[in-house]
Amino acid sequence: MSTTQQKKLIQDLDQYKYGFSVAEKNEFKSDKGHSRKVIEMISEMKNEPKWMLDFRLRAYEIFLKKFMPTWGNTDVLNAINFDDIHYYIRPSGKQVNDWNELPDEIKYTFDRLGVPESEKKFLAGTGAQFESEVMFHNLEKQLEKKGVIFVDTDTAVQKYPDLVKEYFATVVPPADNKLAALNSAFWSGGSFIYIPKGVKVELPLQAYFRINSKNAGQFERTLIIADEGSEVVYIEGCSAPTYTTDSLHSAVVEIIAKRGAKVQYTTVQNWSKNVYNLVTKRAKAMEEATVTWLDYNGGSKLTMKYPCIYLMGRGARGEVLSLAFAGNGQHQDTGGKIIHVAPDTTSTIISKSISKGTGRSSYRGLLKILPGAERVKSRVVCDALIINEESRSDTYPTMEIGEEDVAVAHEATVSRIGEGQLFYLMSRGLSENQAAGMIVNGFMAPIVKEFPMEYAVELKKLVELEMEGSVG
Amino acid sequence: MSQVTGHKSTSHLIIKNLHATVEKKEILKGISLSIKSGEIHAIMGPNGSGKSTLCNVLMGHPKYEVTKGQVLLDKENILDIEADKRAQKGLFLSFQYPQEIPGISYANFLRTAKNALLIGQGKKPMSVMEFATFMKEKMKMLDTPEDFRTRSVNEGFSGGEKKRAEILQMAILEPLFGMLDETDSGLDIDALRTVARGAAKIAKENNMGILLITHYQRILKYIKPDFIHIMINGKIVKSGGHELVEKLEEKGYEQFQKLNPTS
Repeated sequence: MSTTQQKKLIQDLDQYKYGFSVAEKNEFKSDKGHSRKVIEMISEMKNEPKWMLDFRLRAYEIFLKKFMPTWGNTDVLNAINFDDIHYYIRPSGKQVNDWNELPDEIKYTFDRLGVPESEKKFLAGTGAQFESEVMFHNLEKQLEKKGVIFVDTDTAVQKYPDLVKEYFATVVPPADNKLAALNSAFWSGGSFIYIPKGVKVELPLQAYFRINSKNAGQFERTLIIADEGSEVVYIEGCSAPTYTTDSLHSAVVEIIAKRGAKVQYTTVQNWSKNVYNLVTKRAKAMEEATVTWLDYNGGSKLTMKYPCIYLMGRGARGEVLSLAFAGNGQHQDTGGKIIHVAPDTTSTIISKSISKGTGRSSYRGLLKILPGAERVKSRVVCDALIINEESRSDTYPTMEIGEEDVAVAHEATVSRIGEGQLFYLMSRGLSENQAAGMIVNGFMAPIVKEFPMEYAVELKKLVELEMEGSVG
Repeated sequence: MSQVTGHKSTSHLIIKNLHATVEKKEILKGISLSIKSGEIHAIMGPNGSGKSTLCNVLMGHPKYEVTKGQVLLDKENILDIEADKRAQKGLFLSFQYPQEIPGISYANFLRTAKNALLIGQGKKPMSVMEFATFMKEKMKMLDTPEDFRTRSVNEGFSGGEKKRAEILQMAILEPLFGMLDETDSGLDIDALRTVARGAAKIAKENNMGILLITHYQRILKYIKPDFIHIMINGKIVKSGGHELVEKLEEKGYEQFQKLNPTS
């Protein structure tokens, strides 16, 4: 690495404003490495019923047998050392619903990340996970009264075992892929949401996921059940300190949207550049239901994530809006998958990616229309913006269309910031960086505007910061 | 609010023996011009004579290389500074082919630009509210359609709309010197009138110096130049007053070609 490259890298690290850490105060931290023993310990500490332990152990067998994916960024994937990770870290202290009751280090962390502030401003419910455990949880009383459940998934296992048993791992089975099996074996925390029939939750529910220690594994498990005609918007945010060693985040998210329900799942992913982010997200949309994955990936070393929607019932709608920013040394391998099972279903995938410096972004998508899914309408758009000579972008779209009576559109563009555009903006007084930042912001705008205002502002700022010193 | 308008003092833009190349080919072959605040200069010439190149070189397009000469804005050589700094010194170019910036509204773009200029000039930037009022005034003055504020910069604009938007930008950015590069091209007669009258109005109100590039006479009906320069093959071959336009109307550019024949 040349000195200029080093300088650049240091700059990048400095710009990452979530890179701080606090002193570790853990009640328990499993030794590095995975084993049956670790799983048994986790299950025991959580006082889990036997069916959950059995589920974990079955999943672990699958994890051991399965191979890593042979696609995506295999170089980086194969460099992951599964023996160098702590699979369970339980911070000291109990889960509370008052920020002031949190241990000082944890309170400081979430304060600095602005989580309590967001809660005050625009959220109906908030969860905050630190390492492996959800340390804060709160839901508006009036929603509780309406029967809305918003707890961490461990609490759900204890308090709502029937609901959990009915839906858990029905959308993403452990055998789906090696990382899903890993999550199923070692899962801890995550959100469990149940919205009763016809209940419309006006304000978003949010969960924030924070890794603090080195070589940490975070394997949260989220399950959202939106009963008939209900509506909910869920937001997740995440970040971690910047370390020289790697951490692993591997979540599983399952959504079931019943007849006529509407679920929007929003992600603002800001992991530090030493985190592998390998996530399986899948939803089932029943008759007339709508599921939207709104996904921003700006952090991590490697993200492999393709939010998926099975359109199971007539008239169901699915939408994946994906925005990725790959800076120096990052690879955002993202996209979306839509499976049209039922007739008269519609889907949209819009993916926009920006590659800067040595960053690489890939769009990987699947559109599948099963035989008998007549009158399906689908539109896939993927646009890539490349900032520097060494930046990279690839597109891997797959379409499997098993029905003739369908309307499918696919558009893809790759563009660079044009000299003409830069000169035009500079001739109006904008510096080169301001000009580049403006062009990038404009490129992202159609997706950014879908985010809640607070996040849209944040995303714009993040990108402007990233664009400083990136051209010329 | 718009107390910033109007440049009372006289500024002076002097171009001395300017030579410039693009991809090693010499396009400007020794241009000399002197423009003061409040003066309107029209440069006329056939296609390919280097008129647009002159504007782009003055504004600092990185594609062109200046091989000789000087450009002084109030005695300061501006050839060493980039386009954004030239804008901050008071230069403005109304582009022949304005670029599109998808996803950025005109209001957002112009507020960013205005504040970049103000900050560059050591002045206080405008708040969102201040700028909204300021922009509204300018839009009213130029009779600009209301939706210009929210539409993406030039995206899906017709030729006429693009040129109107350029003039709106000039009104808002309030430069000392404005270069209008074929602002009349691609406009029908009604659009031409609107755009040209608007430009003339702003120039007058702000006591701007104007460098008008055109190869048609029709725009000169609305923007009356004090000086006319005929440019042929990278050189100004003839300067004078309005009588040159009449000569052109009679015999075209051919009569001037022999003054600087292509080698």
